[in-house]
Amino acid sequence: MLRFILSKLLYLIPTMLGITLVAFSFIRLLPGDPVLLMAGERGVSPERYAEISAQLGYDKPLWQQYFTYLGDLMHGDLGHSIVTKKPVLAEFLALFPATVELAIVAIIIATVIGVPVGVIAAIKRGSWFDQISMTGALIGFSMPIFWWGLLLIIFFSGILQWTPVSGRISLMYFFPQVTGFMLIDSLISGQKGAFGSALSHLILPSIVLATIPLAVIARQTRSAMLEVMGEDYVRTAKAKGLSLGRVIGVHALRNAMIPVITTIGLQIGVLMAGAILTETIFSWPGIGKWMIDSISRRDYPVVQSGLLLIAGIVMIVNLLVDLTYGLINPRIRHK
Amino acid sequence: MSIFSTRFLAASALALMAAAPLHAKTFVYCSEGSPEGFDPAPYTSGTTFDASGHAIYNRLVQFKPGSTEIEPALAESWDVSEDGLTYTFHLRKGVKFHSNDKFTPSRDFNADDVIFTFNRQAKADDPWHAYIAGVTYEYYSSMEMDKLIKSIEKVDDNTVKFTLNSPEAPFLANVAMPFVSVVSKEYADTLQAAGTMEDLNNAPIGTGPFKFVAYQKDAVIRYQKNADYWGEAPKIDDLVFAITPDASVRLQKLKAGECHLMPYPAPADLADIKADTNLKLDEQAGLNVGYLAYNTTVAPFDKPEVRKALNMAMDKKALIDAVYQGNAEVAKNPIPPTMWSYSAATEDEKYDPEAAKKMLEDAGVKDLSMEVWAMPVQRPYMPNARRAAEIIQSDFAKVGVKVEIVSYEWGEYLKKSMEAGRKGAVILGWTGDNGDPDNFLSVLLSCAAAKEGGANRAFWCNEEFSALLAKAKASSNHEERVKLYEEAQAIFKDQAPWATLAHSTQYVPMAKNVTGFVQSPLGDYTFETVDLAE
Repeated sequence: MLRFILSKLLYLIPTMLGITLVAFSFIRLLPGDPVLLMAGERGVSPERYAEISAQLGYDKPLWQQYFTYLGDLMHGDLGHSIVTKKPVLAEFLALFPATVELAIVAIIIATVIGVPVGVIAAIKRGSWFDQISMTGALIGFSMPIFWWGLLLIIFFSGILQWTPVSGRISLMYFFPQVTGFMLIDSLISGQKGAFGSALSHLILPSIVLATIPLAVIARQTRSAMLEVMGEDYVRTAKAKGLSLGRVIGVHALRNAMIPVITTIGLQIGVLMAGAILTETIFSWPGIGKWMIDSISRRDYPVVQSGLLLIAGIVMIVNLLVDLTYGLINPRIRHK
Repeated sequence: MSIFSTRFLAASALALMAAAPLHAKTFVYCSEGSPEGFDPAPYTSGTTFDASGHAIYNRLVQFKPGSTEIEPALAESWDVSEDGLTYTFHLRKGVKFHSNDKFTPSRDFNADDVIFTFNRQAKADDPWHAYIAGVTYEYYSSMEMDKLIKSIEKVDDNTVKFTLNSPEAPFLANVAMPFVSVVSKEYADTLQAAGTMEDLNNAPIGTGPFKFVAYQKDAVIRYQKNADYWGEAPKIDDLVFAITPDASVRLQKLKAGECHLMPYPAPADLADIKADTNLKLDEQAGLNVGYLAYNTTVAPFDKPEVRKALNMAMDKKALIDAVYQGNAEVAKNPIPPTMWSYSAATEDEKYDPEAAKKMLEDAGVKDLSMEVWAMPVQRPYMPNARRAAEIIQSDFAKVGVKVEIVSYEWGEYLKKSMEAGRKGAVILGWTGDNGDPDNFLSVLLSCAAAKEGGANRAFWCNEEFSALLAKAKASSNHEERVKLYEEAQAIFKDQAPWATLAHSTQYVPMAKNVTGFVQSPLGDYTFETVDLAE
């Protein structure tokens, strides 16, 4: 098992190196120039342009800039934002917990609803439940996130006034950030009502973020279940007179879960992408919005190091998902 | 169920807060973006200035609320020498800087703070010139303060003398801009000694109406009223910026009572806002212009009559209805009507496609096809350039001119549109920095700006026009300046390097109980005068 983990970790190194190159080139391949964008309509004189470029190191050949960047990375220096002038790592650490909190709640919603829906749809194949839920999943999967988010805000916050419009907690609560997770910090603060406020602020954005993964998980669970339900061992289990609950719970579901867990693991990447839009709509101070702002301003250091950090985290999460297979499937565990 | 009940609890708690403020009057502003930092000097965006310069700091002089007129601020008065080269500022006494948990000022504001404020931007050898990695002072250099200021001297603790290299009438307006907000020298020294210089940008100390309390990136900025403020004290106790980048979400927050005032509503939402009885809408002509700049160095656009004919082919009213949804007025001058020296006498080209067609024929222009550039971003002066270009395309088609619409990524757009020999006409605009006509005319239309690094996208160099601007800039006689700028506008209209399109209206929606908010023609959002009616 340890060897398995170590070998997986070793693979991470060349992958991360590749990502530095991709992220470094991607943002530079986009047309647009950070210095010109900063100058805006007014323009910037050629002399001043040269001065600023030199100060930022952008006057050097690209390969040299890349190796300088790699060298800085080796020293643990992820660079400074050219817009805010602050260290990239500090900004990342300030914003990342907000995204994680939202993503965790979203993936819990997606799994807790998606798996049972998929299982029931599979068992009652062809029933009205199956048809409605799978049509719903198709709609959810194709939902334009931005429009969906706005629709929910207008309905639940605007018309019904059940949920707050945006933000992480009501502005009447003000306490220091300890963990960066609002649900935990609000409990630590001991302020009455703070936790409830944080929770109510999470509802809409996490539903919006969960929509696509929920649809994918439900569909994947249904098809995995259908496949397993047709297997000989399930027929045998049924034949020997086990209750339907035992057949599904012990025999079918456990085997069907393997592809489902892979799917859930892969949703981490989807969540990061969905976070960009969700965070923008709900004014959620996370890394998705940070990335999109930085790309539009061509903030090279933030984009290249930010992407690296996000990619690293997605890969580690996927590694953890790989490890959970072992818990479910003994064949992988004993290999 | 529990979710809803907690929500109701929170809602009722909020309602309680709103109905009967227990301890403090809190004003919430749904701002449109995050400030880049809190040091007002290195940044150039209005969003940053609202959060730093305007709330926390003061300048030597300031714009009178709601106007672009200059009034005393940290300088109680000033003298200008006969030759216009020296400005002596007499500083206000007894002005206190804010304090925070790491700093308590031991002295009042004085001349050292003023000199520090300018020198750290001007002098490359100042230890504060590059106190954070990659910091530059873009406004200081783009307003040409580096070329303008020869020296700054401390006459005594409460008197500072600026000597300029050449007389410059807009100098006072420049000094009222947020990038020269006065920073505490004593605080800077304390930070330098502690080795935490970057705190000048993170934990700002100023003399302004509000004290900085805390900032959570991309979420909330909190301020507290400065009880020792030298001016009229703010009427609210706490000021909160709830950062909300999406315009529709801002409006929903305003409607739900989560904030009291918001900037930049989406044009499509205005009708809805006007219909909402819980809201009110403040409107004011913006200090901006949207234009179409021909390249006056390329045939056939080098002929004024061709440019004028094209201007006559343009149905500006229809354009304003479609692009600004009616929330703008037709522009006939390059400067907006709220700006002093605006020439009311100017007559705009009349919309007359038939006459335009004939003028083009007379000028020997046949089968003309041209590019019209549509900018890829939204600006208050131009909310939808693509749509504007399409309207221009169909208008020009009626006079036999074929238009191809092109666009580039924003940075590229700005760069390529200033390349010599550029093909086609460019849609762009401008929002004033300091309320001085020179800030429009020289920046956008002078000979000096008609080259790389400038912003004269018509490449229009009219010696007579530029000479008038130079003369007006050097004069400290206001009446004379007005006349010179009026003359300049007449030349502009006669030569028509642009089609002046529109001056857009600024809208500020707010809750019914907000009082005392004064819109700034410069587009600043300041809150020292606001109050909440019970």
